[in-house]
Amino acid sequence: MVLGKIVKIAGPVVVAEGMKGSQMYEVVKVGDEKLTGEIIQLKDDRAVIQVYEETAGIKPGEPVEGTGAPLSAELGPGMLKAIYDGIQRPLTAIESETGDIFIPRGVTVPSLPRDIKWEFVPTVKVGDYVEGGDVIGTVEETKSIVHKILVPVGISGKIKEIKSGKFTVEETVAIVETEDGEEKEIIMMQKWPVRKPRPYKEKLPPVIPLITGQRVEDTFFGLAKGGAAAIPGPFGSGKTVTQHQLAKWSDVDVVVYIGCGERGNEMTEVIEEFPHLDDIKTGNKLMDRTILIANTSNMPVAAREASVYTGITIAEYFRDMGCGVLLTADSTSRWAEAMREISGRLEEMPGEEGYPAYLASRLAQFYERAGRVTCLGKEDKQGFVCIVGAVSPPGGDFSEPVTSNTLRIVKVFWALDANLARRRHFPAINWLQSYSLYLDDISGWWEKNTGSDWRELRDEAMNLLQKEAELQEIVQLVGPDALPDRERVILEIARMLREDFLQQDAFNEIDSYCSPMKQYTMLKIIMTLYNRALNAVEKGADPSDISKISVKGDIAKMKYIPEDEFLNKVAPEILEKIDKELDLLVNK
Amino acid sequence: MDAIEKYVEYTSVSSVAGPLLIVEGVKGVAYGEIVNITCPDGEKRTGQVLEARDDIAVVQVFEGTTGLSTNETRVRFTGETAKIGVSPEMLGRIFNGAGKPIDGGSEIIPEKKMDINGYPLNPVSRKSPNDFVQTGISTIDGTNTLVRGQKLPIFSGSGLPHNQLAAQIARQAKVRGEGEQFAVVFAAMGITAEESNYFMEEFKKTGALEKAVVFINLADDPAIERILTPRIALTTAEYLAYEKDMHVLVILTDITNYCEALREIAAARNEVPGRRGYPGYMYTDLATLYERAGRVKGRKGTVTQIPILTMPHDDITHPIPDLTGYITEGQIVLSRELNRKGVYPPVDVLPSLSRLAGNGQGPGKTREDHSKVISQVYAAYAEGRSLRDLVAVVGEEALTERDRAYLKLAEEFEKKFVQQGKDEDRSIEETLDIVWELLTILPREELKRIPEELIEKYLPKK
Repeated sequence: MVLGKIVKIAGPVVVAEGMKGSQMYEVVKVGDEKLTGEIIQLKDDRAVIQVYEETAGIKPGEPVEGTGAPLSAELGPGMLKAIYDGIQRPLTAIESETGDIFIPRGVTVPSLPRDIKWEFVPTVKVGDYVEGGDVIGTVEETKSIVHKILVPVGISGKIKEIKSGKFTVEETVAIVETEDGEEKEIIMMQKWPVRKPRPYKEKLPPVIPLITGQRVEDTFFGLAKGGAAAIPGPFGSGKTVTQHQLAKWSDVDVVVYIGCGERGNEMTEVIEEFPHLDDIKTGNKLMDRTILIANTSNMPVAAREASVYTGITIAEYFRDMGCGVLLTADSTSRWAEAMREISGRLEEMPGEEGYPAYLASRLAQFYERAGRVTCLGKEDKQGFVCIVGAVSPPGGDFSEPVTSNTLRIVKVFWALDANLARRRHFPAINWLQSYSLYLDDISGWWEKNTGSDWRELRDEAMNLLQKEAELQEIVQLVGPDALPDRERVILEIARMLREDFLQQDAFNEIDSYCSPMKQYTMLKIIMTLYNRALNAVEKGADPSDISKISVKGDIAKMKYIPEDEFLNKVAPEILEKIDKELDLLVNK
Repeated sequence: MDAIEKYVEYTSVSSVAGPLLIVEGVKGVAYGEIVNITCPDGEKRTGQVLEARDDIAVVQVFEGTTGLSTNETRVRFTGETAKIGVSPEMLGRIFNGAGKPIDGGSEIIPEKKMDINGYPLNPVSRKSPNDFVQTGISTIDGTNTLVRGQKLPIFSGSGLPHNQLAAQIARQAKVRGEGEQFAVVFAAMGITAEESNYFMEEFKKTGALEKAVVFINLADDPAIERILTPRIALTTAEYLAYEKDMHVLVILTDITNYCEALREIAAARNEVPGRRGYPGYMYTDLATLYERAGRVKGRKGTVTQIPILTMPHDDITHPIPDLTGYITEGQIVLSRELNRKGVYPPVDVLPSLSRLAGNGQGPGKTREDHSKVISQVYAAYAEGRSLRDLVAVVGEEALTERDRAYLKLAEEFEKKFVQQGKDEDRSIEETLDIVWELLTILPREELKRIPEELIEKYLPKK
């Protein structure tokens, strides 16, 4: 193993000499206290190391020891329900090990518990041919998730021995005999370097929408399974609630939540809240299928830089089992700032606003790890990873480097808007600034699964909202009464769209989740009213009468009605009532 | 060998630049180590190692480098990182920005020594802040409820009465219905002697000093010392909270001066500047201060923070308020316009926010109607305010009766709810009753955000 010596310390960056033979991104143990660090620059026998822990008290001359391996995640049973820091150290175990409320330096606790024996159920027989990515057995890790044990990438051959029963993650569960006669022992734990994307067979087109149960996101700005979205979160715009809602309701198997440079109290809320959240999909707790990565803003900056890689590696591992995974990174701006901070300490030539010149490529590489894929292995399993990255543009300025570079990569933008939040419009996603480039890809799914006019309704509704914004400017000047009848109807319906469709109450038991069919039907009702109302004013009805019809009250209550009752009973009644009331108005 | 090195004094200062001293030919110097410096005239100063190399140490001098020379300055490395001796005796005492008593009293005999940089709290060990702190100020208790363990900054501007507000909060803050121990840690960075006197007078006059620990770094004290002041204060607060079971309110003023000091050091080290010349690590640096607020499992005490900062040119997008807003749980924004109108405290409730308000409201904490009635009045005030712009264009006559009611509500809201006396300590019930009184201005059918039974119970009958 390489053994060098420290020559310089400045904050989280340490320079060591005598490091010849070490590799880029190799993990090293720094100083007498053996702090964890990673090599980020090599020149001759000098290595520049970023250290994941506080460096105060470290002296030049202290040793640096190489480990021979890059920063890797431990993958296997025991990850679910865990709360990790940025370099996958289990925070709960650290708490019980140290008995302290603070995180001291130099603690090493393995990422996966070594003492738990998991019930391994084999799914292959002796003599079967297996290759990397194939499932050889399963472990029921939590009530919600059956963990599939995969043959590590790069190993293929015949099963020589397969066991059944209780094992720890380090015990051999199978032996594979490769073609050249070598015997490979397979354990349930794999290690994978976090900065290297895990391989797959092929990427699939993004044609299936990720259903989040949030109307503005699903109906108007849909994200495809395997896609990436960005949410800016100017402060006070309800970003946290929006993200919690996504984690709670998205149509995925596993949720990986990265709190990257987050507030401690906010993270605590997540940590306290998740174990209590019921999971409608499985009937268990949401935490049973969640992994939290908590690297709060005051924890070491280098670990913050690593946290998103740790998170995405874990997400890819579950994808390779054929699972759907939602990865939420809050916030990628903090991650970029960590990059900037370290780049500054390395005295690199800065790019825009002090960010390193490789900011754009790092962001792109990260988001590129999202996708819906055919996994490795003979079975052709399909899995996907969706990334929802929060950006925090300083001063709400979208032209700053992190936001602008992110927007060049992601195809969905959910523009959270503090002004809407201030008007108590939640979720405060601005419908004029948001966009989704997946619309054409996912329309087919919606039309097949809801109604054939889905796209038409969605576009027409969007159009109304756009027109409303234009009309509002005129109204500001001349008042609503001066508008022609048609425009007054538009204003009325657009208001309904905003209040009765776009606004959704995360804290209401029923409204918290809205199924695609309910979304479609609600939109259909509002747009039917629109067309009927236009028709009525053309036939001479008074627009101010239209704003007084009683069916408006029924429409406002739609969101609070349970789905079955709504679809089977209430919706047809409302449609009927619309017809009746508007007929009355025309005949008046 | 270590023991000998401790007493080695180096005279090998190779350069002095800004607040920095570069010492050559050193051995075994640790990063972050505290350094004792003797000036050519015998004066003693302290510093800290910012960069440690094989034979060179870069030292930042807290008291500034005036009077230091390259040939006669003597430097001794102490082998220890920055620590402060803490003890319950610190209550009632006044210290300078580096933790030395300046009230004429004796030195503190420390119960233990603690690293001023602290360690990050394990997120798993934290508990969500949940207990309402009553400040007696309507715009905080009512609309931006503060809870124990929260960090809620005041965004102010030069010339606005943030100091009066801070003093009033320090004086009035209490947790209701409990006889628990409460303490205030007050850290002033770069404030003027006049402001300092004001605070001292206020604390002494009201007896608040007895349960306060005060750290003062004045405007003419060395700027670099400001880097230490908040850390010393927060270490003291953590000690009182987590080891002495006290509920500690930490007031830090003025964070803007702290950030200026940070920038000064960064510039002296020729670091790559970030936005507006502030260092790229300012976010992380501020986070290591603000994140030291909290409530943890198994400990009775809590640390609550009210940092105060003055926004340069009242610009809320300036890096200091901007980065602060990303770390803290909300902000109380003071408005020059309200101040001009003579409203005290000039809190603009619209951009103000307490992210944890929901945790502190409701039955058992405040009152059952709290969140609903505040949500209603907030929306109404927002509407009234936006109508003011319309009135400026079309005149009040052009408004409908409904709109006029909203306009009137906005006026009355500022006069009755926002406005209060500098010594007026309103209970949360009084605050909420004022809101109900204001809501009578609106037509009753406009109260859509409040359930009917609450309206029935609380709305004053006309």
